[in-house]
Amino acid sequence: MASIIQVRALRKEFRVHERPPGMRAAFASMFRRAHKTVVAVDGIQLDIQAGERVGFLGPNGAGKTTTLKILSGLLHPTSGEVTVDGHEPRRREDAFLKKIMLVLGQKQQLLWDLPPSETFELNRAVYDVPRGQYDATMRELTDLLELGDLVRRPTRTLSLGERMKCELVAALVHGPRVLFLDEPTIGLDVSMQATVRDFVKRYNERHGATLLLTSHYMEDVAQLCPRVVVIDHGAILYDGSLGELVSSTRPDKRIVLRFSRPVPESDLVSLASLVTVVRHGAGESVLQVPKDAVNGVVGRALAQLPVSDLTVQNPPLEEVMSELFARARARRADTEAP
Amino acid sequence: MSLRSTARAFPTLLRVGFAGAVAYRAEMFVWVLATTMPLVMLALWTAVAREGAGGVIGRYGQSGFTAYFLGAFIVRQLTGCWAYYEMNFEIRQGTLGMRLLRPVHPLAAYTVENVAAVPMRALVSLPVAIVAVAVLEPHAMTHDPMQWALWFASVLGAWALTLLVNLAVGCSAFFIEQSLKVMDLWLVLYFVLSGYTIPLDLFSPRVRAAVDWLPFRYQLGFSVDVMTGAIDHAQAAALLGRQWGWVVAMAGLTAFLWRRGLARFAAYGG
Repeated sequence: MASIIQVRALRKEFRVHERPPGMRAAFASMFRRAHKTVVAVDGIQLDIQAGERVGFLGPNGAGKTTTLKILSGLLHPTSGEVTVDGHEPRRREDAFLKKIMLVLGQKQQLLWDLPPSETFELNRAVYDVPRGQYDATMRELTDLLELGDLVRRPTRTLSLGERMKCELVAALVHGPRVLFLDEPTIGLDVSMQATVRDFVKRYNERHGATLLLTSHYMEDVAQLCPRVVVIDHGAILYDGSLGELVSSTRPDKRIVLRFSRPVPESDLVSLASLVTVVRHGAGESVLQVPKDAVNGVVGRALAQLPVSDLTVQNPPLEEVMSELFARARARRADTEAP
Repeated sequence: MSLRSTARAFPTLLRVGFAGAVAYRAEMFVWVLATTMPLVMLALWTAVAREGAGGVIGRYGQSGFTAYFLGAFIVRQLTGCWAYYEMNFEIRQGTLGMRLLRPVHPLAAYTVENVAAVPMRALVSLPVAIVAVAVLEPHAMTHDPMQWALWFASVLGAWALTLLVNLAVGCSAFFIEQSLKVMDLWLVLYFVLSGYTIPLDLFSPRVRAAVDWLPFRYQLGFSVDVMTGAIDHAQAAALLGRQWGWVVAMAGLTAFLWRRGLARFAAYGG
């Protein structure tokens, strides 16, 4: 099956002006400007199938948002080939723009002083959505997100969460087949994050839309994306399933123990030679254990300690990512060392 | 980005643009006040004429100045534009990206937003101007239907030229960090060379001849001269040709800057 998104040797460079701080440097920069070339995306390859939900992960400045902006036609690549459902995004043909949408958590398309319903109506007109289809879509989306009357209040009077829900509706009025989401849950409280995640997942399942998501909230990625692409310094570090990423980067498990009475830390260390105590408190401790030692440690803990509750978990995704990036940094340092 | 889809969305764009203009009604009122310079100049120049030798300066007496500056006020209200400011902001902040995602050309969207604001500005300013003309100087404006037809074409040209200057300056934000300063420079020249503060008749013939080849007169003074009957049909038609020549040239420049600029657009932020 042909990929809906194909990226080949994509590279994007920015030429940025830089100068040291201070008046002298400011004055000097009037006559002579120093520029440097920053490589934001460095030769990435990517294939995404129709209907996939893919998490695009990386630290700040890794090139995630730049890639999404190239895929949605906002930025022109320096070199390489990009196609989205057969279109070259930089050409921004009507047919392409009607198939995609980019939602930027830190930018809004809602008209600030008008109610969101005006933006929805504007999008209906510019995307040429038939009235019947528009009404049905609006009913579906406003029900799913429980928008009620807030679509008739000026956007400026809405809370951040309410605005983001309306942003999603505005983005989906034309039923895009490919949805690029850049930090859609940024700044939202936990409950609203869950609402947005649930909504996005349902949209994907109902309409078979392809989803490419960036987020610094690992929960977004864990809940939504069976596949993750990890990018750092503009290059892809990993492309595969989330489970495989976790087990290959951190092949250990976390055992969370709750006790009926306080237990000294030395009792935990004595459970096995490779146990690391991650956290130890009066009523709860967290141990890090190699995967193949989990059964033994669990058995000994239940037999020797006053355990009232026990769970085995993967290491937090944040830690997995930190470790992955730390290894990449170390590799780069080795490569660059004289 | 097809013209067809833009045309199809035009009524909704216009309606939403009008709703936006109404939402910003306080800002709109302040903007109208800010463009009342011709009324200030009217008071100034009529006072000068009153105190001057024979009550006449150049070909303008008190009633001539009244007609001229009321005409300037009307043309200014109909052709005013601030798209450059919005473009500068959106390019620098990266929010232009949200416009680029829609299948309507952003320059068309800026144009429609400008058109949508005209009724609101006309609602505030034109009744004042029309009553003033009818009561104060009923014979100061032309009564020739052909001259009014030429006036309509000239105001359309003045609006298009002013809009395109705004769009071209707005596009300069793709290339330079302080594109607002470009408009500051343009406005300095516009204030002096368009007839906005000084009727161009009062310049020396040599300066006047040079001004006829520059774009500024065609943004305002030309339409006022047609309106007040200061130039005949033949002169108006010839100047109309130059005005629309500038419109075409500015459209070409805007298209060039847009295409080149878009390739440099960094869509910062977010």
